[in-house]
Amino acid sequence: MTVKTESWGSRVGLILAMAGNAVGLGNFLRFPVQAVQNGGGAFIIPYLVCFLIMGIPLLFIEWSSGRYGGKFGNHSTPYILDSMAKGRIWKYIGVFGIFTNIAVAAYYTYIESWTMSYVFHSLIGTFEGMTQMEVANFFSTYVDVGISTTGIPYEAVIFYILCLAINIYILSRGLEGIEKVAKIGMPLLILFGVILAVRGLTLGASGQSEAFPDANAWEGLNFLWTPQFDSLANPKVWLAAAGQIFFTLSVGMGTIHCYAAYVRSKDDIALNAVSAGFMNEFVEVVLGSSIVIPIAAGYLGLDWVLENAGFGMAFQTMPFLFQQWGPTLAALAGLFWFGLLFFAGITSSLAMGTPWMGFMKDEFNWGKIKGAVTFGLLTLLMGLPCVFFFQEGVFDEYDYWAGTVSLVIFALLETIVFSWVFGINKGWKEINEGSDITIPSIYKFIIKYVTPLMLLLVFLGSLITPLDNDWIASFNSFTTGNGWLLDNSSIIKQLTQAGLKEQISLATDAASISVLENRIFYSNMARVQLIALFLVIVLIIYVSYRKRRREGRATL
Amino acid sequence: MNSIAIFIMVSAMGSVTTATIYFFYKVLTAPPKPEPDSYSDNDETPKE
Repeated sequence: MTVKTESWGSRVGLILAMAGNAVGLGNFLRFPVQAVQNGGGAFIIPYLVCFLIMGIPLLFIEWSSGRYGGKFGNHSTPYILDSMAKGRIWKYIGVFGIFTNIAVAAYYTYIESWTMSYVFHSLIGTFEGMTQMEVANFFSTYVDVGISTTGIPYEAVIFYILCLAINIYILSRGLEGIEKVAKIGMPLLILFGVILAVRGLTLGASGQSEAFPDANAWEGLNFLWTPQFDSLANPKVWLAAAGQIFFTLSVGMGTIHCYAAYVRSKDDIALNAVSAGFMNEFVEVVLGSSIVIPIAAGYLGLDWVLENAGFGMAFQTMPFLFQQWGPTLAALAGLFWFGLLFFAGITSSLAMGTPWMGFMKDEFNWGKIKGAVTFGLLTLLMGLPCVFFFQEGVFDEYDYWAGTVSLVIFALLETIVFSWVFGINKGWKEINEGSDITIPSIYKFIIKYVTPLMLLLVFLGSLITPLDNDWIASFNSFTTGNGWLLDNSSIIKQLTQAGLKEQISLATDAASISVLENRIFYSNMARVQLIALFLVIVLIIYVSYRKRRREGRATL
Repeated sequence: MNSIAIFIMVSAMGSVTTATIYFFYKVLTAPPKPEPDSYSDNDETPKE
């Protein structure tokens, strides 16, 4: 057993760091949109069911795997998995637990830098007097790095590098730095969120205008929470709920393993996992549903929300809505909104740095500063194409392959390793060791059978997403011998870039065709970069394995 | 808002908030494990 040179300061600090890792921009932007698109109030039923049968078990699996690996001095997924099962292959599955974090951090810190920049712009009154269209255009101008909104050349790049530098500095302070940020950031995030949620819940019809005479915040809430029970029979809704639970908890990334690897065997992980998981749910269900949709419906009306609900609302709509509260309150609301998004972002991006740092420390004895700086450089190297070619689709490509597909693949594999290779009996014992709560024994069955099955369904659902996401029509088409028509959002169609190719075939003017062909080029470039990063990490793991063999530390 | 929407919203938010407070309260009131534990703030001598 290895002597622990680093440790968490307190249990509350660890839980806040774990909750901060889970709470991200998706809690405020993805969840309400998913709910609106999938049956309103009825979405919450599959959502909470998936939280109990997939989310909580995955948290148990990742916390206990991490703590188990930590016993042997392993703080990142390659050797955490290696310590759980005999065989050389497992550590290479763990590549995902480093790869995903660097690739996601590359574009995630870019979004984080937007929130920093928007706090700045809110405070200096940039959005004062702007129309909704002007606010929306401001965002497009901002992400076009050639144009400056402040006079600072390459403003978006500078904010990105500044944001990355803040992350590197905090990471270089180790767990102590991360814990300190979580202890400040999470309470502030909740405070800002509560202030804005109270406004969203009490706005009512006071935001009506000549342009939007029917605007009403309660209509937004009504739509969000009125159940359409027939949607419960639609597989699309269940897959969307499972997907949302999956992404909101930050499982399948390797960050939870890394944080938990610093917990000793006799200390609880079960209550910690449940507590951090529910903290994330509070931010998502209570705060996330009470801000964007009701405030937007309160000023722009429900019809506008239904047409425009999406990620872009955070930056392209909210600053305009805040302006309706007068300059001082608008500046404060901008500070609260983008401040809470910033804290949601940074507590997650810091977590993404720890698997790389933990791995390099374990295998090559790198210090915190060296680990943090190299993580920052790798992230910058991967991230700059995202910044410069944002509008050409590099960002979306990273988000799809690293931030979506990789997570599902890794979570599925690690669940199989935990339940079937490591063995559910050993796994169950590991989860319960030192536990401060009694876990219902039904979870042993759920972890072994239900969770892997759910993950398999989520993966297959993404692999062969039917045309227009209409599972029932596709199933009927398949059983009547007409084949399974794939949607362009399915993994198979994404691999072949079918959507872009289809757009090219439909385009009539040369300019549009050229833009689309450019997107294919940049999309391929992004894929090459992701594959290169993956292979580099595989190589580093192979080198570390050779080193372990020389030192007589290799498990096989 | 219609009454069923209010019911669903209050039930969902209420149950999630109650569970969050309950589990966090359990964390705060759980008896500490004997030293050496995983946390350095309660150590008599600070760790490296």
